[in-house]
Amino acid sequence: MMHCSPYQNSRTSLATVLDRIDAHLQVKRTALNARAYRQELLASNIANADTPNYKARDIDFKGALEGALAGRMEGGLALARTSSRHLGSEFNEAFGATAKYRTEFQPNVDGNTVNMDVERAAFAENAVQMEAMLTFIRSDLGTMQTAMSSQ
Amino acid sequence: MSLFNIFSIAGSALTAQSARLNAVASNLANADSVVGADGQPYRAKQVVFKATAVEGGGIGVRVTQVVDSAAPMRMMYDPASPVANEQGYVTMPNVNVVDEMVNMISASRSYQNNAEVMNTAKSLMQKTLAIGQ
Repeated sequence: MMHCSPYQNSRTSLATVLDRIDAHLQVKRTALNARAYRQELLASNIANADTPNYKARDIDFKGALEGALAGRMEGGLALARTSSRHLGSEFNEAFGATAKYRTEFQPNVDGNTVNMDVERAAFAENAVQMEAMLTFIRSDLGTMQTAMSSQ
Repeated sequence: MSLFNIFSIAGSALTAQSARLNAVASNLANADSVVGADGQPYRAKQVVFKATAVEGGGIGVRVTQVVDSAAPMRMMYDPASPVANEQGYVTMPNVNVVDEMVNMISASRSYQNNAEVMNTAKSLMQKTLAIGQ
């Protein structure tokens, strides 16, 4: 008969519990990361509203989230950086791979495709979505805390 | 955390836009300066923006150079002026006041936009910190 010390036993079950909590929050966490990345992209667009030849970018949120959840986070879609001067970040390459250039409504003489109304609207919308995601995560944690606490 | 990058991105834009506002201020101040430091009439200054990657990801903006405007100098007939040429014309700066005013409004709006972006990022970060409290 196998013998397990109570200490070891509790440690394995703690790991399982933590794994489950982690899995439970995974979708929301990934969505929050994608939102944060989109917020960064939109901030770049707003910052470069007056830069000649700058092309505005945005991500296809649904595609980015599905890709990230399907485990395509590592490599795969990401572009190789052959020079340190290439634009882009290592942290967000998985989401960055899904970033696409915006189609412009009105061509600009200086080649800039940032439409400030569109960017501001998207930025505000994304901020609200992010807040919603944070509220969901907070309420999830609250529910779990209630389940764990002694009555 | 990519929300931190928003501060660098919007911060770079604030710096660039205030440089542009600086250029506008000196152009407007010198709209009638017939003699500059080099003895020549003042030439309007324009800033050149360039998209640059910021550390940690995202694309900020930077002023790469300040160039003299290539617009033709304004000629004003004033034979009484000590700097007038033989025909009685004085070479005035090539500052277009209307252009500069438009530039000023555009720079100030862009500055406000980026300050707003920073505020939003700040409040989102505060809400993130409040998770689980």
